[in-house]
Amino acid sequence: MPSKPAVPTALTVANLSHRYGERVALKQVNFSVPTGSIFALLGPNGGGKTTLFRIISTLLPTQPGGVEVFGHDVEAAASAVRRLIGVMFQSPALDRRLTVHENLRCHGHLYGIRGRVLDERITEALALVTLDDRADDLVQTLSGGLQRRVELAKALLPDPRLLVLDEPSTGLDPGARREIWDHLVRLRQERGTTVVLTTHLMDEAARADRVAVLHEGVLVALGAPEELVAAIGGNVILITSPDLETLARGIRERFDETVEVLNGHLRIERSRGHAFIADLVEAFPGQIDAVTYGKPTLEDVFLHHTGQRWN
Amino acid sequence: MIIVTAALWWRDVVRFYRQPSRIIGALGTPLVFWLLLGSGIGTSFRIGVTDAPPGGYLEYFYPGTLALILLFTAIFSTISVIEDRHEGFLQGVLVSPAPRATIVVSKILAGATLSLVQAGLFLLLAPLANVHLSWASLPLLGVVLALLALALTALGFTLAWILDSAQGFHAIMNLLLLPMWLLSGAVFPAIGAAWWIRWIMMINPMTYGVAAIRGVLDGTPAMPGGPSLGGSIIFIALFGLVMLAVGTWIVHRHKA
Repeated sequence: MPSKPAVPTALTVANLSHRYGERVALKQVNFSVPTGSIFALLGPNGGGKTTLFRIISTLLPTQPGGVEVFGHDVEAAASAVRRLIGVMFQSPALDRRLTVHENLRCHGHLYGIRGRVLDERITEALALVTLDDRADDLVQTLSGGLQRRVELAKALLPDPRLLVLDEPSTGLDPGARREIWDHLVRLRQERGTTVVLTTHLMDEAARADRVAVLHEGVLVALGAPEELVAAIGGNVILITSPDLETLARGIRERFDETVEVLNGHLRIERSRGHAFIADLVEAFPGQIDAVTYGKPTLEDVFLHHTGQRWN
Repeated sequence: MIIVTAALWWRDVVRFYRQPSRIIGALGTPLVFWLLLGSGIGTSFRIGVTDAPPGGYLEYFYPGTLALILLFTAIFSTISVIEDRHEGFLQGVLVSPAPRATIVVSKILAGATLSLVQAGLFLLLAPLANVHLSWASLPLLGVVLALLALALTALGFTLAWILDSAQGFHAIMNLLLLPMWLLSGAVFPAIGAAWWIRWIMMINPMTYGVAAIRGVLDGTPAMPGGPSLGGSIIFIALFGLVMLAVGTWIVHRHKA
């Protein structure tokens, strides 16, 4: 029986550190992204994800051996990497005074694509982001959401094997954000394109196959969103109280639980939380104003690993 | 390489002509200067002991206005370097397989093309200035204008890349580029000027540009106290090469 072909790795980040002068932006980061998956780099601003994005997209010089795209080193073989990636920046990269088609044509020429092939590529890319009917419109006449879609079409034009996106949903309303995601998912299905994106939005990262959580340049968590959430325990209980410190001490002494005081809340992670709440309310009458009980989210994952609130 | 350069060149040319304010700024301002100053000073203008040129100051000022059009267009077209860097466009070029040198070359070629077109439009007004173009002189005039356009665009590109802000660029335009033009023989000849002005004029590359244009248009050897036509052409060609080398160097030095 033929063995199942191993899924090759699209992106490998090995022991990657980066500093800007004295400031350390990335510290010993390690992860890899399997071909055909959607991978999110999640972190608050200043967490190091944009630095990582710039290194992967060959914009920022780095030490050789740190980052490989399909086996090509981004530093030593930058031009090989550039032929494999499509990049979408956070800041707008379109020419507002050119039409959608003109923007894409100019971009195609940068990759040496021309003539009939280029026309076909443009048609395909515009179809993928469902903008076929706006090809001849000036970019400046399009809404912000549509412009983002043109940016995506532009990144798709060279038919990249790895798509690298920096905060793709910046400035988009939830509807437009969902559309971009639908396009990414479709792209993965139709072309097997690997997608690596940075985001500071929890719900966006939750849609990825795998998430790397970056905090102050350190990779604090790595895995599928549901795994990460499952790993931190059953449930999260948030308690408000007139005297948080006293209550926190009381709970620690009585139940031997890890209790954190954060932003006017007591926060407890534990399994079978609903039964625990009854015990708590009984044990500390009058000391509890309100209790919130829920499943953990990626926000709780972040909190769990860093001890800090998001932003 | 060629297709990339052509694509970037085309983009710059098209976006320039889709911004009417830039066309007006680059062609209109020098035109107004020329008409107002030229007609205002009129025939009260004398060069040294000789009489005024038959066309008065309008005629004397004509080559300098051509140079000003080249300068303004070079500035207005290379200012887009700053926009490109602040928006994502340039980053998009940098992460593509396109060679870095194409960024410099295409930008300078586009600026020079635009400058030449604008100058060409102004040449249609030559008869009004009593400047009579002969068909025979057109090729040489084209060469001179092209060399000067390339040199000025390369200068503009280098300044824009270093300054990295539109405000800074405007300040340099007022403090460096306009005086460079004022002290080039465009507005007044070197003869009769104070000694230190004459010194500045002698080392000012623009002087040689204006002298070359004047030399071709008039068919005269040289203005009194001015450089010769051949020497001027060699000087602007050298100046252009130096600026091109500097521009290419700073783009390569720069890691985005």
